[in-house]
Amino acid sequence: MDVKKIRQDFPILSRKVYGKPLIYLDNAATSQKPKQVIQALAEVYEKYNSNVHRGVHALSMEATEKYEGAREKIARFIGAPTECMVLVRGTTEGINLVANTWAMSNVKEGDEILLTEMEHHSNLVPWQRVAQAKGAKLRFLQVTEEGTLDLSRLDSVLTKRTKLVAMNHMSNVLGTINPVKEIARKAHAVGALMLVDAAQSVPHLPTDVKDLDCDFLAFSSHKMLGPTGTGGLYVKKAVLETMEPWLRGGDMVREVTLESATWNDLPVRFEAGTPNFADTIALGTAVDYLQSLGMNNVREHEISITRYALGAMKELSEDFHFFGSPDLSKRGGIVSFHSPDLHPHDLGTILDREGIAVRAGHHCAMPLVRGRLGVPATARASFYIYNTEEEVDALAAAMKKALKYFAKAPSGKPRA
Amino acid sequence: MVSQESAFPAELDEIYQEVILDHYRNPRNKGKLPQADLSSRGFNPFCGDEVVLEMKLSPEGRVETSRFTGQGCSISQASASMLTQLVKRKSLDQAHELSELFRSVMQGHALTGEEAEQVGELEALQGVRKFPIRIKCALLAWATLDDAIKEYKAKR
Repeated sequence: MDVKKIRQDFPILSRKVYGKPLIYLDNAATSQKPKQVIQALAEVYEKYNSNVHRGVHALSMEATEKYEGAREKIARFIGAPTECMVLVRGTTEGINLVANTWAMSNVKEGDEILLTEMEHHSNLVPWQRVAQAKGAKLRFLQVTEEGTLDLSRLDSVLTKRTKLVAMNHMSNVLGTINPVKEIARKAHAVGALMLVDAAQSVPHLPTDVKDLDCDFLAFSSHKMLGPTGTGGLYVKKAVLETMEPWLRGGDMVREVTLESATWNDLPVRFEAGTPNFADTIALGTAVDYLQSLGMNNVREHEISITRYALGAMKELSEDFHFFGSPDLSKRGGIVSFHSPDLHPHDLGTILDREGIAVRAGHHCAMPLVRGRLGVPATARASFYIYNTEEEVDALAAAMKKALKYFAKAPSGKPRA
Repeated sequence: MVSQESAFPAELDEIYQEVILDHYRNPRNKGKLPQADLSSRGFNPFCGDEVVLEMKLSPEGRVETSRFTGQGCSISQASASMLTQLVKRKSLDQAHELSELFRSVMQGHALTGEEAEQVGELEALQGVRKFPIRIKCALLAWATLDDAIKEYKAKR
């Protein structure tokens, strides 16, 4: 992968922040967009903008063809049949759809939903509501000191009472890659279904839903070079056929009388209203871009930059605690750290003035950060295809400077 | 090749003035206050910063002792430390007035000479205004104070 060449596709990477070159290390929050994607979006509005699935005119047919073509591409990208690829606003909406439809119809009093301590709020809060509404119980897989899942208790928490196992494929705080394939197999063995929050994994790892054999998998466009406001929810066909629609309205129906309606085909019956076709078409272009690089190469680059980062940070390990597994085959390009002498927000502010964008906070995973990790917040650097070793060096240098800056200045002397 | 060998920009010295760092490193009145008359917990969901404020009143209804605990960035914790010093011997209405004044300062109000005296060391937090995302940090303790006063008055 030629990172130098890739960087030229991303217009934003040439901008300056406070007069310094932008170093964007907040990719787990959202990725930047290549000019191909930006152009694809502009092209929709400049050339064939028209509502899909309805018109008999040329523009509408063209838009529909592009939109459905994008659905096919997105489905293929994760190894899913097209009819199982529901297009939603993003991971959060995908998980909420499953919670409001499949779970509300299937989870009964006394059932259990198995989650982990390292879930993003979007794969925790919807299940809390299902559990409250249905009298079901949430159980949790714990996280080890090292930041991986503690699977030693799996057989005692995964039982005949478990209706659903829902977990992330990659932690947005630790970068930990979870063994979802094995856990899906074990879930099925006790009659439970498996939902994968793939917001962090689909952009960074080769993903094949057939291989994982999960029942649900949700991801977001904006973390994988695509525009905001679109994403995918894969549902295994046998499950999708049994699900009631969630949002109801136009486009998701076949025949409507004043008293009742019948539903349209899969997956459109889960997509009421005018879909976000423009952003979804541009997501198709993002998928093309990633496929032209090859997801194996994307993964290789991230392993190598993470290895480099952990090496570069070694000399900071006296002041910072670095979270996550040292085994790079088990983690993605995410590094979270914390220093008792320098709050992540203060560090974030100082790095910002150096042109370096990192995330500081609880990363929408409060139970993990404040519970298991035992810190109020962490600073997080997360990498993608356009990040370089020089940028990692700049981050390490700025972290060192920040420590020095925050150290007690001898009284009476102005700070250097 | 990215070079980051320059010194930090001057704005950082404005936000991280020595007096702020001093309160952060050596917080005043930090700790719990058993049998407090007023208490409240403030939490900033954006960053997870937390301030717990506890106060005891004198028979005349003035703040006799105030203590805070919490965790968070230097700005939120320094602001809380300054607050505990500034509310001492004030009535609850005076404490609330000071809170209002400080809020207006953080929103851009320029201090008069008399007001500058009232806010004391808080004046150092004006540098935070250049970092809009951090204004909430400076105000967390004061929002907690307002909540504590409101709850106390509602109970009476």
